[in-house]
Amino acid sequence: MTSSSLFLLLVLIVAVSYFFGRKRSEVVAQSVGGIRHLHSLPNYYGLMAAVWAGVPGLVILSLWVAFETTVMQGIVFSGLPDHLKTLTGPQVNLFWSEVYNLRSGAISAPSDPALLDAMAHITTLEQQSKIGKAVMVIALSVLGGGIGWSLIRPTQKARNQFEVVLRTLLMLSSMIAIFTTVGILFSVLFESVRFFREVPITEFMFGTKWSPQVAINAEVAGSSGAFGAVPLFVGTLMIASIALIIAVPIGLMTAVYLVEYASRRVRNIIKPLLEVLAGIPTVVYGFFAALTMAPQLKTFFEDVGVNGVSSESALAAGLVMGIMIIPFVSSLADDVINAVPNSLRDGSYGLGATRSETIKQVVFPAALPGIVGGVLLAASRAIGETMIVVMAAGLAANLTANPLEAVTTVTVQIATLLVGDQEFDSAKTLSAFALGLMLFFTTLLLNIVALAVVKRFREQYD
Amino acid sequence: MTDQNLNAIERMAMVKQERMAAKLGKRYAKEKRFQAYGIVSIVIGLSFLAMLLGTIFTAGFSTFYATEIRLTVTYDQELLGVADMNDESQLAFANWGALVKNALAERFPDVSGRSARRQLNSLVSSVAEYDLKDRLEAHPELLGTTEEIWLMADDEIDALMKKQIDRDAPESERRLNDFQISLVDSLIESGELKTAFNTTFFTNGDSREPEQAGIRGAMIGSFFTLLVTLVLSFPIGVSAAIYLEEFAPKNRFTEIIEVNINNLAAVPSIVFGLLGLAVFINVFHLPRSAPVVGGLVLTLMTLPTIIISSRSAIKAVPPSIREAALGLGASRVQMVLHHVLPLAMPGMLTGTIIGMAQALGETAPLLMIGMVAFIADVPGTPLDPSTVLPVQIFLWSDLPERAFVAKTSGAIMVLLGFLAIMNLFAVFLRRKFEQRW
Repeated sequence: MTSSSLFLLLVLIVAVSYFFGRKRSEVVAQSVGGIRHLHSLPNYYGLMAAVWAGVPGLVILSLWVAFETTVMQGIVFSGLPDHLKTLTGPQVNLFWSEVYNLRSGAISAPSDPALLDAMAHITTLEQQSKIGKAVMVIALSVLGGGIGWSLIRPTQKARNQFEVVLRTLLMLSSMIAIFTTVGILFSVLFESVRFFREVPITEFMFGTKWSPQVAINAEVAGSSGAFGAVPLFVGTLMIASIALIIAVPIGLMTAVYLVEYASRRVRNIIKPLLEVLAGIPTVVYGFFAALTMAPQLKTFFEDVGVNGVSSESALAAGLVMGIMIIPFVSSLADDVINAVPNSLRDGSYGLGATRSETIKQVVFPAALPGIVGGVLLAASRAIGETMIVVMAAGLAANLTANPLEAVTTVTVQIATLLVGDQEFDSAKTLSAFALGLMLFFTTLLLNIVALAVVKRFREQYD
Repeated sequence: MTDQNLNAIERMAMVKQERMAAKLGKRYAKEKRFQAYGIVSIVIGLSFLAMLLGTIFTAGFSTFYATEIRLTVTYDQELLGVADMNDESQLAFANWGALVKNALAERFPDVSGRSARRQLNSLVSSVAEYDLKDRLEAHPELLGTTEEIWLMADDEIDALMKKQIDRDAPESERRLNDFQISLVDSLIESGELKTAFNTTFFTNGDSREPEQAGIRGAMIGSFFTLLVTLVLSFPIGVSAAIYLEEFAPKNRFTEIIEVNINNLAAVPSIVFGLLGLAVFINVFHLPRSAPVVGGLVLTLMTLPTIIISSRSAIKAVPPSIREAALGLGASRVQMVLHHVLPLAMPGMLTGTIIGMAQALGETAPLLMIGMVAFIADVPGTPLDPSTVLPVQIFLWSDLPERAFVAKTSGAIMVLLGFLAIMNLFAVFLRRKFEQRW
């Protein structure tokens, strides 16, 4: 029985338990003089029986499915001859793919006779696991349904019990956010620690040469690879700065105009139109940057007489990224400027200031914390943006301050290092996780600071 | 005071007035300039939008129609080498290409010589023969008969018909020579060449041949991925929002959850991809490239969006309704499930649709979990390897053939179309059910 049909069977048992629980509560009620004398409505007795039937079975089923493969492979592996036990990391993966290919008939001759034993062993284990899983899940849910059914009596506080279950479920759902953060932290931290065991952290943070290609055999010159991430940091900062130089003034002035000058009608047309920019997927911006913006910039600069402009220039990627975050900046600035109380404006007008003077000398200083917060959020966005730079920026790590040359970024390197087949032990793959760790902490820091600043600003005028 | 003195004061006043007037003029000019900056900013933003959509639409529009050639094909049993229509292996190894070549030779009996024949054969797409195979498999009774059938033209011919190849350019700079163009012209004259709506684009999976490449596989992949995302993220997001708004005690723990959600909303999407790779694939051994894993990753990514918008929808329900329910003896859970939840539902749905639209356009995390492979088959279940629309766009944008630029733009138009529909639906929901209390 496959896991999905087992799941359907489980759902069926739950439905049956609900039905019988409900029925039983009605039967039990007759002995005390009708449904009115039950503690809760019959519905709740049925629901409690269903909970008893469903929860244990579901927990076992999901745990089983999640760890089945790992456990079975572990058992088979420990029973292998000694020369195979020493396999590590990527070799283990190769070993397993060979075993599975052997079974499906994709390979006919094994490279090692022990593979045939392993294949037979895993096949028996899978059979056993399948039977064991089905028996366990069905037994548990039927047993649970039975317990739930037998617990039903007029004094049972079925509604209160069900509400406790429901509230626990709601709380667990809200804790998924914490699990996600912890999951992210552990997955990047774990692999990063392995990486820093091979490459010293000082080299990673301060080294200026990045070439993660590790040669296949040690004899080749330069086989060690270089993991100095400074060129990546510089490239990321350059592209993000270009984006912010475009987006902050344009976004800010747009917000100012829409809040302070535009009529309601104009605002209602312009704002949704600008928000279309925010709804366009980043891969579309990447396509635009690579196919339209970069060549046009190149020809433009060549016409002006600047040669050697790369077709993957930082400028093209940064420019398009700037366009992408214009609506982000403008809607944040819009909120902040709207939050500045009108009494401040009126005071300024009363002293004879023009509108622009009021905006520059009263509204901006008052809104500054909020605007700074918005810019920080936009910066974190620009640093973490992936598709535009993957498609429009370069791959080679270039330590340069010239925006017309090709640079690479942290996100581009993560993406290129992890796309396609990887060996999970090489420093090359692990370095992607170290970069991910840097990225996560940088954006986290920016977000926390930005949110704190914005919150302080809100409290000031609330 | 003497007259002279008075004049001096008057003069001073006049000078001051002039100075003031000049200064005021400057201040007004500044005001005008400032306002102009605002207008210029908006114009820049909007013109970028127009430029972006304009380039993509002009490049992508041609994808939606394709050039076809009418040929009189004889399903010659001997030529094919098929004795028994039920034998799979015979069909697979049959000489389908010969049917096309024969039909072309019959249409142009004057063409002779190896190179001329080769150029003649290149009029029809190299994969058109599989259309013939499919046709004959579906109608075995056609074996041995003759029929007229529209076959897909080669992408170069297609480009010529769409005026992407300049007829007037010197022959050496053109990808089609004069002879091929003369063949095309004779076909056009006799009405045997037409452009029709390109159904292949919507019914085929990915292919290395631009004229055969379609987005069906990617669309189904996107559908499965979104389905998994929706099934997981909507109940979890709504539950979390209900807990945080209605039940959570105000303590440190709740505060940590809230800070966490706000921060997750701003974590770069590629980091979620790293999580998916390390946890779902390496620890739980879920299948690589499968929509299930993509859906799981996108669930984690869209949850903050759904939770935040669901919370504001719950907050918008006035306390008087809660108090009325509690006053009539409902428990807190009943109050929430029977009264608050139905009233907050439209707002929650709007937030969910916007979250789904985000998930539909997301690419980076899916690259990490291996949804970037070249997959020609259309996935049948959420466990089959597949790709999604944005990733398909990314893959095609890397290919060197010119025809793929149009395909990419066409796929972008389809993606944007879906996004527009989803967002408009969200706006509609908000307009229709928005309540001011």
